[in-house]
Amino acid sequence: MGNRKFKIYRGDNTKGELVDYNCDVTEGMVVLDAMHRIQADDANDMACRWNCKAGKCGSCSVEINGRPKLACMTRMNEYSPDETIMITPLKSFPIIKDTVTDVSWNYKQNKRIKPFSPSQNKNNTEKGLVMQQVDVERTQHFRKCIECYLCQNVCHVIRDQGAQDKFVGPRFMIRLASLEMHPMDDADRIPAIKEDYGSGMCNITRCCTEVCPEDIQITDDGIIPLKERVVDRYFDPFMILFRKIFKK
Amino acid sequence: MLDISEIRQIEFDVLVIGAGGAGLCAAITATKESKKVGLICKSLLGKAHTVMAEGGMAASLGNVDKRDHWKIHFRDTMRGGKMLNVWRMAELHARHAADRVIELEQWGAVFDRTKEGLINQRNFGGHRYPRLAHVGDRTGLEMIRTLQDYGIHKDIDIHMECTALDILKDESGKVAGVVCMYRETGEFIIFKTKSLILATGGGGKAWEITSNSWEYTGDGYAMAYEAGAELMDLEFNQFHPTGMVWPPSVKGILVTEGVRGEGGILKNSEGKRFMFDYIPEKFKNETADTEEEAARWLAGDKDARRPPELLTRDVVARAINAEVKAGRGSKHGGAYLDIASERSAEDIKKKLPSMYHQFKVLAELDITKEPMEVGPTCHYFMGGIRVEADTTMSTVDGLFACGECAAGMHGANRLGGNSLSDLLVFGNLAGMGASKYAKELSEMPKFSDEDAKRIIRNATSILNREEGENPYLMHESLQNNMQNNVGIIRTDSELQEGIKNIENLKEKNKNVKANGSSQFNPGWHEALAMRNLLITAEAVARAAHLRTESRGAHTRDDFRDESEEWYQYNIISKKGEDGTMQVIKERRKDADPELERIANATLEDLEAEVAEERKS
Repeated sequence: MGNRKFKIYRGDNTKGELVDYNCDVTEGMVVLDAMHRIQADDANDMACRWNCKAGKCGSCSVEINGRPKLACMTRMNEYSPDETIMITPLKSFPIIKDTVTDVSWNYKQNKRIKPFSPSQNKNNTEKGLVMQQVDVERTQHFRKCIECYLCQNVCHVIRDQGAQDKFVGPRFMIRLASLEMHPMDDADRIPAIKEDYGSGMCNITRCCTEVCPEDIQITDDGIIPLKERVVDRYFDPFMILFRKIFKK
Repeated sequence: MLDISEIRQIEFDVLVIGAGGAGLCAAITATKESKKVGLICKSLLGKAHTVMAEGGMAASLGNVDKRDHWKIHFRDTMRGGKMLNVWRMAELHARHAADRVIELEQWGAVFDRTKEGLINQRNFGGHRYPRLAHVGDRTGLEMIRTLQDYGIHKDIDIHMECTALDILKDESGKVAGVVCMYRETGEFIIFKTKSLILATGGGGKAWEITSNSWEYTGDGYAMAYEAGAELMDLEFNQFHPTGMVWPPSVKGILVTEGVRGEGGILKNSEGKRFMFDYIPEKFKNETADTEEEAARWLAGDKDARRPPELLTRDVVARAINAEVKAGRGSKHGGAYLDIASERSAEDIKKKLPSMYHQFKVLAELDITKEPMEVGPTCHYFMGGIRVEADTTMSTVDGLFACGECAAGMHGANRLGGNSLSDLLVFGNLAGMGASKYAKELSEMPKFSDEDAKRIIRNATSILNREEGENPYLMHESLQNNMQNNVGIIRTDSELQEGIKNIENLKEKNKNVKANGSSQFNPGWHEALAMRNLLITAEAVARAAHLRTESRGAHTRDDFRDESEEWYQYNIISKKGEDGTMQVIKERRKDADPELERIANATLEDLEAEVAEERKS
């Protein structure tokens, strides 16, 4: 496949530039392989995050020619041979160095979420929880998330409005959805989803779903149902009446 | 001059290094008994190697086949380990695995279900019954995310992207702390601690073809070794039979054993299902000898015996190796792994979604239509830090180890699925053992400033040198050496050559140089890891040279059989007084007679015994 041209962001949050590199590319190579080759030969101190190299850990999130992607799952042959490949850090997070960003904000959001609270009903048995496959499938679908934060990176509320203090972002909306839809979870997170986690901030542009490398239906299966639950609880007149009558 | 009082210090009762399954489980358990618990990890939280585990975790829950029992799990484990396992560790594991899996579910794990709504279990190599609790083929992700999401609400002080450099001890030889470095800033920090748990995983990154990530540089082995602890069984390196072989850039990436557990078969270039030719004598009675019987087993016939593709990993890896050597390899030098002809496309996508995705993207191959090409890849260390079974304490006071970095549980070969359950069982025991030890210490042990200075100076000299060796190229030569001379099939001359090369690399490493500053500098990190990789590689090569037999994952071309004599011995590696590595044969402790009886019982007898026990 021959020698290819790259432009990679080098620098930190205060200053930096796109630096030109060349790299020989062989069959089957992914962008991360090229970054490693460049690192070993020409740029020993170039920072890049990675772990599994198989799309399972979500460490190597970068923007490639402006599109948020996992570098380990992006094949070089997706680009035409004369195209220069530009690799830049995730735009929504502060740059630590080169393509590595500070994603600690995401860890703080997770900590705000009330964890799994197992019900102590009759289905919590000595042999474990009794749940049917069909009832856990939605939760399992959300639990495929590898925390690459590509969805957080493209979320308009975070990327364009910078409203990190008002919305936990798509990753944690589906974390919440996975808990709320868990058949054996007892906690009620609906008030917090409305008030603290900012479900109303999302205006359903589906950008998060589009970039998800695990094909999780973040918007349709996760965020929208949560928004509906909030609406049912707080804005549905029939339900308000129902609750008043039955004191629920 | 370096002044230690200017380096930040934090105190803990229990500090855990490594945030994979074992480390997280140890830290969570430690919070029950200890006030100040710390956890440091080289990557971001949730990215450790556990995340890549695919197939499942083995536990005798008996949800799919009620005949399962800890005794049968124990027997399978010992036979898989070629009886070299530390008896008590294999017993503890088999007895406690089921409780730990159920506990994990209470902490939030969502396993696949049986028709009755219980945790589903799948077949795997070497396990008599369907035993692996799983979530499709992403069980490791489920496990680490569960522990992470649960653990962040416990009182654990977590330091991410922080590399441990070396262990500090007090005058009496007790653990006193560890010197670390934040990768982001290059800032050094000293964690003082009463007890220290290593959960640092293995050292598979010393090989070229490996399923391991950059983190697997044997840090725990090397730090423990430098602190005077004993390493054991380092010659046993598991080569997983099915790694990807094509294209070159993905060579070594794991293809889960779950493919075979779900019915996948292995074929050579002539289209022959060759595993029937490689059934070891010991397993003949328990393995199908015709394709017809194997098909019946897959269809659920409980009287049929297991297909030979599900023999233990050492056997399957050697068989693929032999087929390739005999000129019957696949197009790119592996074997064909075919699930397309055995299961429907819908089943495959449901049961093995990440394999489907991995091959589709990385190899442009649809596994529901075509066979995969697979070959052996360095995967797992059975050996590691020698520990006491019940407490997991090493031979250094206050130093504990659990998970892959500890030795003994898996003997000469690990069964698939026994790793994730090992992490939970021994992570738990380590958390308890280390807490108990810390409680009994009246005061924090004191390290010497000189030791801390030496560790920091060793690290900074790599940056400060005017010129020197490129760490990336050093690493590549070590990987070539281990691949060619200390690989899956070993002989005296190659091992000697391998050791000689490691000695040369050790000399060169004294002059390794990283360019750039100390801030998030992978070249520096790579150079720091080189020492650990070299200690690990040397211990492996020397132990492999000493063990003149073939057992489990250790295969000697010049000593092809298991030896009665060697069954009596472990190989121990330790840093000698003169600073060189001492590698010695040490006689094993006698087995508990009851455990020995269970391990050696015939399957029929043991099944009858278990059935009888249940009646009464």
